[in-house]
Amino acid sequence: MRAFDTLDGLVVPMDRANVDTDAMIPKQFLKSIRKSGFGPYLFDEWRYLDRGEPGQDCSKRPLNTGFSLNQPRYRGAQVMLARENFGCGSSREHAPWALDDYGIRALIAPSFAEIFYGNCFKNGLLPIVLDAAVVDALFRDLEATPGYHLRIDLPAQTVTTPAGAVHGFTLDPFRKYCLLNGLDDIGLTMQHMDDIRAYEAQRRAVEPWLFD
Amino acid sequence: MNPQTLYEKLWHKHVVREEPDGTSLLYIDRHLVNEVTSAQAFEGLRLGLRKPWRITPIIATADHNVPTTARAGGIADPISRLQVETLDHNCADFGIREFGMNDPGQGIVHVIGPEMGATLPNMTVVCGDSHTTTHGAFAALAFGIGTSEVEHVLATQCLLVKKLKSMRVTVSGALPPGVTAKDIVLGVIGKIGTAGGTGYAIEFAGPAIRALSMEGRMTICNMAIEAGARCGMIAVDDTTIDYLKGRPYSPAGARWDAAVAFWRTLVSDAGARFDCEVELDAGSLRPMVTWGTSPEMVVTIDGHVPDPAHEADPVKRDGMQRALAYMELAPHTAIQDIRLDKVFIGSCTNARIEDLRAAAAVVRGRQVAASIRQALVVPGSGQVKRQAEAEGLDQVFIAAGFEWREPGCSMCLGMNDDRLAPGERCASTSNRNFEGRQGPGGRTHLVSPAMAAAAAIAGHFVDAAKF
Repeated sequence: MRAFDTLDGLVVPMDRANVDTDAMIPKQFLKSIRKSGFGPYLFDEWRYLDRGEPGQDCSKRPLNTGFSLNQPRYRGAQVMLARENFGCGSSREHAPWALDDYGIRALIAPSFAEIFYGNCFKNGLLPIVLDAAVVDALFRDLEATPGYHLRIDLPAQTVTTPAGAVHGFTLDPFRKYCLLNGLDDIGLTMQHMDDIRAYEAQRRAVEPWLFD
Repeated sequence: MNPQTLYEKLWHKHVVREEPDGTSLLYIDRHLVNEVTSAQAFEGLRLGLRKPWRITPIIATADHNVPTTARAGGIADPISRLQVETLDHNCADFGIREFGMNDPGQGIVHVIGPEMGATLPNMTVVCGDSHTTTHGAFAALAFGIGTSEVEHVLATQCLLVKKLKSMRVTVSGALPPGVTAKDIVLGVIGKIGTAGGTGYAIEFAGPAIRALSMEGRMTICNMAIEAGARCGMIAVDDTTIDYLKGRPYSPAGARWDAAVAFWRTLVSDAGARFDCEVELDAGSLRPMVTWGTSPEMVVTIDGHVPDPAHEADPVKRDGMQRALAYMELAPHTAIQDIRLDKVFIGSCTNARIEDLRAAAAVVRGRQVAASIRQALVVPGSGQVKRQAEAEGLDQVFIAAGFEWREPGCSMCLGMNDDRLAPGERCASTSNRNFEGRQGPGGRTHLVSPAMAAAAAIAGHFVDAAKF
């Protein structure tokens, strides 16, 4: 997994609450058996005026020009600024795969849905929770400031605005450790194989029907 | 020992080891696998030169992509076909028990698991599907995971997780006639919101929950994720035990007696402390209908579409305005005046035999309204389909003008050919009314099976209880 340390990234707004993972990557793209190539279809139904199909060349599709991802000022964005309950609904990891493939490295919102939040860390994306009032202020600054960048420092757990305001954020120390080091947590768990076997022996004694 | 919640009991029984920061290695007893979220996990396993830790906890089925029309000719869409075949190959390679597309045991993974007795109390149950919450109805700790975690469970039989906070939703009183488990859970989501359960494990309790069948309880736990909760659960009682007895994967003989004695302990102790308590009076509930693009946008059948002008929170108001524009609905419209184009009875929420019986009871001897373009009944599993046919329910639906289909996820998310055309409006017994969920531009109203059936007959929403 790609490690995350610091990032100074252009910000794109996703200014609506309860953005679900169906919206991030619609059903027809879930048929892929690969992890890559979802970026052109990120937010497909909001981004294009026609219906997208897997494998389609998106360069000639009619764009919804009002949608933030299509506005030239946000081209190349690496940070997505979002609202409450971002990533709700389906557990599809295709959503973070699509964000990652598009080029997003960090997300900022007042809250995230849990499965999506966890899936981000498994793919080197950093979801940052900031207070709703702070997020509101960032949305206003972003709207008013072309080329708006935020500086994200994972070791220090801070988001710094162009004006120099510093907003601290919290995250689970274990997730931080894995993300900073780009660690695959299967490898970490495999270090505890003996513990898992001992646990199984103890469970088997009480609930043998689970081990047939 | 301090009184414990059901969640605490399930949690502590599955912790293999705990790090100082609370991150825990949680053992997984049952791993359900579908075709959509597993291919990349199996690929990762191979790339890492790993094998499944254990084979027997894994049960696989193809449910999302499968056609619900005749299947003898296979899947026409080559991309869907490849995904289903990839699951077949992966299961064959690793020796995993799969209920493939043409197996009599095939069905929606959250329907076939319980009906085979493969979901048991005190199990941890995971699947790369958010509606894995369904299995919590059996006092199991059941939750949806992403594909990276599918790979993690395949490789280690464990997951790295942290303990959740606990919420108890107590539903007191008794349900009025015509009000169902679906209406309870929509009522709960309407009350706490789609993020109300974020960070919590929800236990559903109280007399109205105890009075439900296992199928009703599964409907409730299924939609815990729609309240934002990672898992929902219900304590063991006689209803749980009676349901499990004699099922293929249930323990039998002396083991059954030992299991029952053990399972009986899987209840929240008197005096157990929850981090949050929510109460709902079943007697005050009515059949529910969603009007917007989030399951929390819900009112009763005798209600009206709300007016965003009355919402003080600007973010919420904006969401309501977007939803009304997408749904092409005006504020103050009576719910009963909303006319429909399609009706879908199916999904892991409401495609079990009792759901089909409830819908058939409304439909019997009546005709689908001429204005309805399509009315689908998609049983949740091969077993549900055969049972319904043995009871003659298929003929009731067909005589009324419904289409009777093969089991699968179908129009809940439209990964196969069953979907809404742009602008079409659907009464659906599924679980998500998100924009485009049932097809790009499609408009979904979530209801119970009886309400969907009544809407098919009337052509618009009506109170199924008075119908």
